[in-house]
Amino acid sequence: MSADVLVVADHRRGDLRDVSLELLSAGRELADEAGGDLHATVISGNVESLAEELDREGVDRIHTVAHGAEFNHDVYVQALTALAGDLEPEFIVVPNSVNGLDYAPAVATRLDRPYVSDAVDLDYSEGTLEVTREMYGSKVETTVDVAEGPFAVSVRGGEWPPAEGVGDAEITAFDVDVDEDAVRSKVKGFEEVGGGDVDIGDAEFLVSIGRGIEEEENLELVEELAEVTGATLSSSRPIVDNGWLPKNRQVGQSGKQVTPTVYLAIGISGAVQHVAGMKASETIIAVNTDPNAPIFDIADYGIVGDLFDVVPALIEEFGGEPPSV
Amino acid sequence: MKVLVTVKEVATVEDDFEISGTEIEETYLDYDLNEWDDYAVEEAVQLAEAGDDVEVVAVTIGPERSEETIRMALAKGADRAVRVWDDAIEDVELLDVETKAELLGAVVEEEDPDIVLSGVQANDDSFGATGVALAETVGFEWAAVVNALDTEKVLDEGVASVRRELEGGIEELTDVELPAVLAIQTGINEPRYASLRGIRQAQSKEIDVQSLDDLGVGADDVASSLDVTAMYEPETESDAQYLEGDAGEQAAKLADVLREKGVVGE
Ligand SMILES: Cc1cc2nc3c(=O)[nH]c(=O)nc-3n(C[C@H](O)[C@H](O)[C@H](O)COP(=O)(O)OP(=O)(O)OC[C@H]3O[C@@H](n4cnc5c(N)ncnc54)[C@H](O)[C@@H]3O)c2cc1C
Ligand SMILES: Nc1ncnc2c1ncn2[C@@H]1O[C@H](COP(=O)(O)O)[C@@H](O)[C@H]1O
Repeated sequence: MSADVLVVADHRRGDLRDVSLELLSAGRELADEAGGDLHATVISGNVESLAEELDREGVDRIHTVAHGAEFNHDVYVQALTALAGDLEPEFIVVPNSVNGLDYAPAVATRLDRPYVSDAVDLDYSEGTLEVTREMYGSKVETTVDVAEGPFAVSVRGGEWPPAEGVGDAEITAFDVDVDEDAVRSKVKGFEEVGGGDVDIGDAEFLVSIGRGIEEEENLELVEELAEVTGATLSSSRPIVDNGWLPKNRQVGQSGKQVTPTVYLAIGISGAVQHVAGMKASETIIAVNTDPNAPIFDIADYGIVGDLFDVVPALIEEFGGEPPSV
Repeated sequence: MKVLVTVKEVATVEDDFEISGTEIEETYLDYDLNEWDDYAVEEAVQLAEAGDDVEVVAVTIGPERSEETIRMALAKGADRAVRVWDDAIEDVELLDVETKAELLGAVVEEEDPDIVLSGVQANDDSFGATGVALAETVGFEWAAVVNALDTEKVLDEGVASVRRELEGGIEELTDVELPAVLAIQTGINEPRYASLRGIRQAQSKEIDVQSLDDLGVGADDVASSLDVTAMYEPETESDAQYLEGDAGEQAAKLADVLREKGVVGE
């Protein structure tokens, strides 16, 4: 094994995803700690132009694997197995994206590497990799040590700064003899969902509701609040999963990204996939009974309190009549 | 046809809690069926209801306490359950997906299912990896973050036609050969509540406890490479200004903030 790091770029429909550049920063840190080189790979799609985008300061080599237009996990697993066999990198670093979830555990298993997911910090010294990750919906952090490499780890988006500058990496094509018989899944296409009459991305003021509302009937309360304040109603995922609000109201990783002037989060814990969709809001206000709820970490204003007390009082502040729920 | 559903009993933490060593103290934990697995169980039961002669088997790795949770899957319609446990895994770090895939893999080999449904993630450790690692371990095909499955095609054509939910409201339409593991996303269906009759019937359904010996797995095969070395409450990065007082006072202060930001009239 070398002391090298191999990071795997994330891209979709022609675009490099932001997390790819963050991976380069995480990978560079590890390479420095281990005294190795930083390799990156881009698999499938328009690999030449994607590789150029990846060529930032600190990247030593980029390997392109031209095969197919879009992500296919069977191709990724074969390509990464071949690349890892060739480069023998001590570290394989992938994004904890939806596609990362779909290939990384299989790659680690096939290469017989221990796997730790969703790292928010990485530290390598004296042969041990220490991964910092969250548990219990971000309520606690843990450090997980892996005593012996080679390692495979996935990294949370938004935790490392994007790599910058223009690099002078050596870009080479890596030939993979893809065994088509072992490609047993076929991507047939893509579809955009969550359209409709309301675009919460346009709203200046979002009243956003989470599982703290408990029952569908109680939604009346926040609908009234939105009504009297002229706000638009949005929500976290469970509300949409339950069918209480349509998909186009969902904020987060798999919903919409929003940047309103004010985001008022009511009964929302602040899970990472929710925060991904609203952290860039100008002002964030959170109402939650749990003083330890992670949403308070990114809030500008916080109310530790019961929404069933606070929301009716707020409706009255604006001259409305709270519905009895 | 046989459907295997992996189910995990997960711990949720009370608002106030204490950590001792690398664990949260037991008194602050409540146990429940993993949210994602609830959707996986429902999907399995719907397959059974749509097809003739579809058996649904729930499998868990967990201590005796978890039987209560596994009974929930039985009450909702799973035909029987397998619980893997052994003194030898009591002290193993069950975060390690390699360990879990090895154990679940042994059950897959024994049961020989056509399709395995797992959850995208367990909401205590949020590893998001067990389903796909299991697939690779047993040589099945797979798909992660599945939020739609064409039941008829599974039953009639032996192919899993799925939607994978990508970031930003985009779905990928993919066909996956069976046998396969599908990691199920929330929202794919509406999980049912267990009926009283279901709960009663679950009491007499079988939970087959399997030890390492029973599964033909050696203690060395389940040794974990991961070691949890610390657990702590993250230092709050919050510079939030807290609005204090009773609910009326909090609401009044909040109203002032909203007016100041210019997002409401007056
Ligand atoms: C691949 C993937 C994609 C995902 N995409 C998204 C996404 O796009 N958007 C999204 O939101 N989630 C997404 N999730 C789900 C996410 O992980 C969380 O499960 C979800 O965000 C939790 O929603 P919540 O905060 O409403 O519920 P919970 O986490 O259950 O929080 C409810 C909160 O309400 C508080 N509360 C309870 N009662 C009251 C009361 N009376 N008054 C005030 N507060 C109260 C509680 O203290 C708690 O903090 C995704 C998950 C995965 C795995
Ligand atoms: N101990 C376990 N027993 C049974 N299934 C499990 C166990 N741990 C994880 N799983 C399954 O794997 C999925 C993903 O879990 P994880 O990889 O831990 O986030 C869960 O939704 C379960 O379906």
